[in-house]
Amino acid sequence: MIPATFEYHAPSNLKEAIRLLGEHNSGAKILAGGHSLLPMMKLRFAAPAHLIDLNRVPELKGIREQGGMIRIGAMTTENEIIASELLRTKCPLLPEAARQIADPQVRNCGTVGGDIAHGDPGNDHPAIALATEASFVLTGPKGERTVAADGFFLGTYSTQLQADEILTEIRVPAIGKGTGWAYCKLKRKTGDFATAAAAVQLQLDGNTCKKIVIALTNVAPTALKAKDAAALLTGKTIDDKLIEQAAQKVMSICDPAEDLRGDREYKTHMAAEMTRRAIRLALERAKGK
Amino acid sequence: MATTAERVEREAKLEGVGCARKRKEDPRFIQGKGNYVDDLKLPGTVFGVVVRSPYAHARIKSINKDKALKLPGVLAVLTANDLKPLKLHWMPTLAGDVQAVLADEKVCFQYQEVAMVIAENRYIAADGADLVEVEYEELPAVVDPHKALEPNAPVIRDDIKDKKEAGQGPRRHHNHIFTWEVGDKAGTDKVFQSAEVTVKQAMVNPRVHPCPLETCGCVASFDKVRGELTVYMTSQAPHVIRTVVSLLSGLPESKIRVVSPDIGGGFGNKVGVYPGYVCAIVASIVLGRPVKWIETRIENLATTAFARDYHLVGELAADKNGRIKALRVNVIADHGAFNSHAQPTKWPAGLFSICTGSYDIPVAHVKVDGVYTNKAPGGVAYRCSFRVTEAVHLIERMIDVLAQKLNVDKAEIRMRNFIKREQFPYTSALGWQYDSGDYHTALKKVLDAVNYPALRKEQEEKRKRGELMGIGLCTFTEIVGAGPTKACDILGIGMFDSAEIRVHPTGSVIARMGTITQGQGHATTYAQIIASELGLPSENIQIEEGDTSTAPYGLGTYGSRSTPVGGAATAMAARKIRDKARKIAAHLLEVPEGDLEWDIDRFKVKGVPGQEKTMKEIAWAAYNNVPEGMEMGLEAVDYYDPPNFTYPFGAYLAVVDIDRYTGETKVRRFYALDDCGTRINPMIIEGQIHGGLTEAFAVAMGQKLEFDEGGNLLSNSLMDYFVPTAAETPKWELDHTVTKSPHHPIGAKGVAESPHVGGIPCLNNAVVDAFAHLGVTDMEMPHTAYSVWKTIHKLGLDKR
Repeated sequence: MIPATFEYHAPSNLKEAIRLLGEHNSGAKILAGGHSLLPMMKLRFAAPAHLIDLNRVPELKGIREQGGMIRIGAMTTENEIIASELLRTKCPLLPEAARQIADPQVRNCGTVGGDIAHGDPGNDHPAIALATEASFVLTGPKGERTVAADGFFLGTYSTQLQADEILTEIRVPAIGKGTGWAYCKLKRKTGDFATAAAAVQLQLDGNTCKKIVIALTNVAPTALKAKDAAALLTGKTIDDKLIEQAAQKVMSICDPAEDLRGDREYKTHMAAEMTRRAIRLALERAKGK
Repeated sequence: MATTAERVEREAKLEGVGCARKRKEDPRFIQGKGNYVDDLKLPGTVFGVVVRSPYAHARIKSINKDKALKLPGVLAVLTANDLKPLKLHWMPTLAGDVQAVLADEKVCFQYQEVAMVIAENRYIAADGADLVEVEYEELPAVVDPHKALEPNAPVIRDDIKDKKEAGQGPRRHHNHIFTWEVGDKAGTDKVFQSAEVTVKQAMVNPRVHPCPLETCGCVASFDKVRGELTVYMTSQAPHVIRTVVSLLSGLPESKIRVVSPDIGGGFGNKVGVYPGYVCAIVASIVLGRPVKWIETRIENLATTAFARDYHLVGELAADKNGRIKALRVNVIADHGAFNSHAQPTKWPAGLFSICTGSYDIPVAHVKVDGVYTNKAPGGVAYRCSFRVTEAVHLIERMIDVLAQKLNVDKAEIRMRNFIKREQFPYTSALGWQYDSGDYHTALKKVLDAVNYPALRKEQEEKRKRGELMGIGLCTFTEIVGAGPTKACDILGIGMFDSAEIRVHPTGSVIARMGTITQGQGHATTYAQIIASELGLPSENIQIEEGDTSTAPYGLGTYGSRSTPVGGAATAMAARKIRDKARKIAAHLLEVPEGDLEWDIDRFKVKGVPGQEKTMKEIAWAAYNNVPEGMEMGLEAVDYYDPPNFTYPFGAYLAVVDIDRYTGETKVRRFYALDDCGTRINPMIIEGQIHGGLTEAFAVAMGQKLEFDEGGNLLSNSLMDYFVPTAAETPKWELDHTVTKSPHHPIGAKGVAESPHVGGIPCLNNAVVDAFAHLGVTDMEMPHTAYSVWKTIHKLGLDKR
């Protein structure tokens, strides 16, 4: 459990971090909370020659509102997300999900940016970002660009983030009136990744579902947006029958990998079950129950 | 005359047997001031890292150390060829087999030890291990013990393939190790032929790992000038280790010192001798420097001492009222690549023949076949007395299966079959003499406490609504305290244990035992035994264990043997001191010994108020004023050979609710009644039971060493190997009865393992009971959500 030798860099601002990343490029890895990277290094599955630690870059921290958009610094920890009053009222799905990530120790160090940039389909934030229709700010030597969460995740450990870029900010639209949300996650134990999880954010107009986004964790090489299932429910009064149809649609897009959490059949069924539960809970919340 | 209140106060001051005093160990541990083997920093220490096989079965074509040796800071790379001249590339096991220390020509399980790199620090050693180049030729692996016995199965042990015997009787196949039979086969078969009812059930106790918080490790330090070897190690049996090291190395036992410092949990994992220890010792002798070897978590889970892997078929014959007439059991026991299981030498299946349980079964027959597979070697008692968990699991499942077949309530069928209180001492059909018990009272107390009829009624109503609720019972009997030396030995050394007690002139005490605490609280409880026996306050009684240079020889701590054997030795040694003290008191009071009576902490002259000598006064006199002809001092040693095992028992009940869409099981209630005889420290007993139940919950609901078909260990980290935290652990409700052991000096029986042994079958029975009305008679552990869901889905219970 001892990593291969590496050089450690601790830049104090973003510019320096990007310069270092450019210098060492493919030999470098960004260190955020370290809860994915360090275990991989200890097992020598990853052996970067350079580690660039972003923990001393102050501009990557913090949560603020600007023009109806909540901006979250990529180095914001899960516990900071849980503690944020702003997020609780404007993007409640985020703290709800963060509370279900790992355990308090991990949440003290683990960051939202690291969770997203790692591209692990087992991580929770990718599905949350899809469900909240978030976008990501990617900063590189040529400046910054903003990309939508939908389309950012390309495959396991593969995203649109280029080797010379750093994910610096997550932008999440504040919820509107009549919004309900839920993240339902099935896991074996505290600290585990999801066997399957479903994130739902919906908006009601009276009893009609004006808008709904459903996203799934750990049932495919990337987080999935269940577009057909959402389309089924949009513009309708959601009842048990429709929920069941949506759950069936969800099952048709799952492509999970078998592991000790379950085989493909179990994980697919659990994605559907978590979806049923998340839709019901989101509906209750939207109705103010 | 002393008033009652005054006597109560004097007794309370001793904090003796029965007192829930706080653990003496805890102030040290909770302040982070424990001293574990990896905390040890001897000057000049170097580090060993083991190079391990990525394959479960492969021939080693070549090992190239050159690159590793060229790395600055690497001092040596040991392989089998280096150990050969010392005849240490293989080592004998406790079970009469041999085990490769470093792989000799082939590897037989994944992560097997191939080489050890020794370097100036652990970082260089890890880099060096990466540079050792091993060329393998992969061979087909076999991980299923049933498949291992097929005629064309791969030969796992080339070294003994032509041998008809592997240390424990005749073999009948190249992967067969032994057959062990006990009981009356003909008599049992006869009962089955004419029985009114028979049931048969196959079941598995999956391979699990004790997974102590602290992994195994050692620091071996050889002093070349003195020719003395000191080994600091995480051992549950330091004295036996010293003997084994002496036999292996040729060093006289007097020049070897084994020290077990603080141990971060053992649970059976730290009984054996592992290749890492041998390599570290050899490296220290060669280099003349201290060599530290500490396992990583993966190494711990993958290589050192697993438990269980018993594949059982049970059968019961009964009359139509559910009275059991006979038990028949056949077991395939997977011992992995080498038969290095840790049991008393004469017992290839440990104490498995306790499998008639708490029931009066007239005749029984058990057959166990040991098998080699391409998995790690071992087979330890994980928080249980040698294979007792497997035995209790078998009988407690079988009696449920019988109840289901006859449609008799599961509590009622137990009541009908219990050994009755008046039958003790009771000799079982398989030859054990149960010392004492009162099973009916225990179960009745539990059923009343939980309102059992109401629970069954609730279950019936829930079943009508399609909800899954299970009620599990387990009324177990353990056999602990190995053991009588006529029956139990390790490498020929009888399984006695020892205590040496010295009373100082001021009345404080130091005592040393042959056992070794790993969290059991010996420093607290042994002191309480001495306090009650000698009338000296436990606060001033110091307990030391684990250093072979100071403690008397003992067999160590495992199989709940410390209280039954070490605790008995402690009481007996204290009584020898009290006998001497009586003589001194008689001398001081100038009366015949017969005129004296013992009163809590002093000897009194019968019928003469005020004429008395306290133990404190007697201790002082022992060093300056003893009767003529008596030696000075006040000390004693006792080596206790127990006349029998002790048989703690309990009645457990669990209630579970199962989510029929996800398969998740919630333990709503767990009520545990334990009877361990005399209760030395009720608080420590409760702590032990909480821990044992939590480990039972772990095994029943989540733990399993999973392998793929190629023999790759899939659950090699704590992500995939379940260790429950407080968040997962259910609430435990405890209760007790007290049925003393008639042969133990203070009537105590041992308790730490009962909750594990009884808890697993109880939870297992509860889960299966949730499906019993649908004809389910067994489900394979562990009952993860995924595993339970498979049963649900097969039965179509998750349909919307």
